[in-house]
Amino acid sequence: MLQHLPVLTIMVPMFAGLLVPLLARVHAGIVRPLTIGALGFSCFAAIHMLLHVQGGHPIEYAMGGWPIPTGIGYRVDGLNAMVLVMIAVIGLLTALWMRRSIEDELPAAARPGYHAVLLLACTGFLGITITADIFNLYVFLEIASITSYVLIAMGRRRQALYAGYSYLIVGSIGATFILLGIGHLYMRTGSLAMADILAQFQANPDLYGMSDVRMAFAFLVVGLAIKMALFPLHGWQPGAYTHAPSASSLFIAATSTKVSAYALYRIVFSVFGTEVLVSGLPPVRDALLAMACAAIVLGPLIAISQGDLKRLLAYSSVGQIGYIVLGLMLLDERGLTGGIIHFWNHAAAKGALFCVAGALVLRTGAARVDDLAGLGRRAPWTASAVTVAGCSMVGVPLTAGFLSKWYLATGALATDRLYVVPVLLASSGLTAVYVWRILQKVWFAPADVEPRVGAEVPWSMRLPTLVLAAACLVFGIAPWSVEFARDAIAALGIAP
Amino acid sequence: MSDVLRHLGTHYHYVIYIALMLIGLFAVLAKGNLIKKVIGLNVLQTAVFLFYISIGRKADGTAPVLWDQKPETIPYENPVPHVLMLTAIVVGVSITAVALALIIRIKRAYGTMEESEILVLDESDQQGSA
Repeated sequence: MLQHLPVLTIMVPMFAGLLVPLLARVHAGIVRPLTIGALGFSCFAAIHMLLHVQGGHPIEYAMGGWPIPTGIGYRVDGLNAMVLVMIAVIGLLTALWMRRSIEDELPAAARPGYHAVLLLACTGFLGITITADIFNLYVFLEIASITSYVLIAMGRRRQALYAGYSYLIVGSIGATFILLGIGHLYMRTGSLAMADILAQFQANPDLYGMSDVRMAFAFLVVGLAIKMALFPLHGWQPGAYTHAPSASSLFIAATSTKVSAYALYRIVFSVFGTEVLVSGLPPVRDALLAMACAAIVLGPLIAISQGDLKRLLAYSSVGQIGYIVLGLMLLDERGLTGGIIHFWNHAAAKGALFCVAGALVLRTGAARVDDLAGLGRRAPWTASAVTVAGCSMVGVPLTAGFLSKWYLATGALATDRLYVVPVLLASSGLTAVYVWRILQKVWFAPADVEPRVGAEVPWSMRLPTLVLAAACLVFGIAPWSVEFARDAIAALGIAP
Repeated sequence: MSDVLRHLGTHYHYVIYIALMLIGLFAVLAKGNLIKKVIGLNVLQTAVFLFYISIGRKADGTAPVLWDQKPETIPYENPVPHVLMLTAIVVGVSITAVALALIIRIKRAYGTMEESEILVLDESDQQGSA
């Protein structure tokens, strides 16, 4: 049983997703327990694998027993074990959180299907993360994308339909670029297994000069940059996050763009080798560094002026994805640590904030920042969660966000990229402005303003919010995530 | 110059796939009708399918079936790109299905399939709610 965990992590939510709409016809009450059970299993499996791979013991799994260059392989190492845990935990918390929210936002007939699509989206994201076969990565990417389009288009206003459609068009162009990149790579290397391709690059560095390899890398990077909404390719994202049902915003904002960013890490480390950025195609590295820095500053800058909380958080995500890409492009042990721990830190902070945005939609029917006024008096638990998560976004010491920025800044100094430090400081300052806008409404609304938010939301919504907010503090104080990230980097082959 | 032309002549499949790809991208970007955009997307995907199939081609190649003779003695087409494209075609059909389903819902909700008109309606929605 245990040696089959890699495949079960993917298959259990997939089959649950297929069973849910069928069983819902027999007994509607089974939908929620089945969803939570399947995602709970993935959570358990992911955490078990994360602990197992510590100290450099990657898990290899050959699908169907076919030896790996021929068949499809799954491989779990320190890096993707962390991302698997992130996806599974966020998926489980979303499933726990969403009951009241989807009762409010979706018609009864659509709810079992919504559970099924959420489970399949989880399958897709987990699959992208675990696979060691580059074409399999594309297939899972499309599973995750198609389900995301549906999750977004199910929003209650008609804008959600158009937001889902726009994302579908842009996302499919990105995915087609990724497919083309894989094709060019296959044309040159004749292999789809990541380890096999990497071995060819290591044996023959001249490959980096080949025009088809360059084209492959360029197509893969542009395709993934669209998928991860890296500035200036983020156009699809704000509309999608704003109009999606609150549960979709929560799940997609906390996982989807980061999984594409993980795919970029994987392609650099395990397909082309880090040499591709250093000696192979340095202009790509410079371009991505510039895009990451632009995202880090401009994302929060645009966020400041937004009146809709979900749109504000979407622009803030544009900035946060910049940190993760920056960490990779620094290619330094500390910078990478910052990038990798930011997967968890951003998932926790953004997850908590989208939980609150969803609670606001449940209470007031919209997610206007102004409607947060008086939240601190009426709903102190939720208000505390906003405060902690907001501080983590800014990077206040003792919160998780501080550690990400600290490691990124020291990594930038170690690699003589001094301009990164003012970029990070400017970003923190701009983030502080919009977080302050929120906190001021929450805590310091004038006493004569009648809060539009009623009492606290039910515990099923409050508990996931508090777990995510607590994670922002725990990862800021106890350096577990840093330990995991160090281990992941050691396994990837950059000397500590 | 003649080198370039000869190269293009022997690698004409690249020219075709890039031309198709650009036609598809142009339709996606320039057309305002939502269905025409989906058609553009399909052309774009078909360009990639053709590219994959063409790289598996071998001169005088036959189907990769295990004959009585030794496989080394007969040239056969690389089956892997074909198999990959079977998967990609399924993916493409799924995307088209979701896109068309969304267009039906959009047409019902907005009464139009023109992007420019939808954007105008969205604008007025926002002013109405503000």
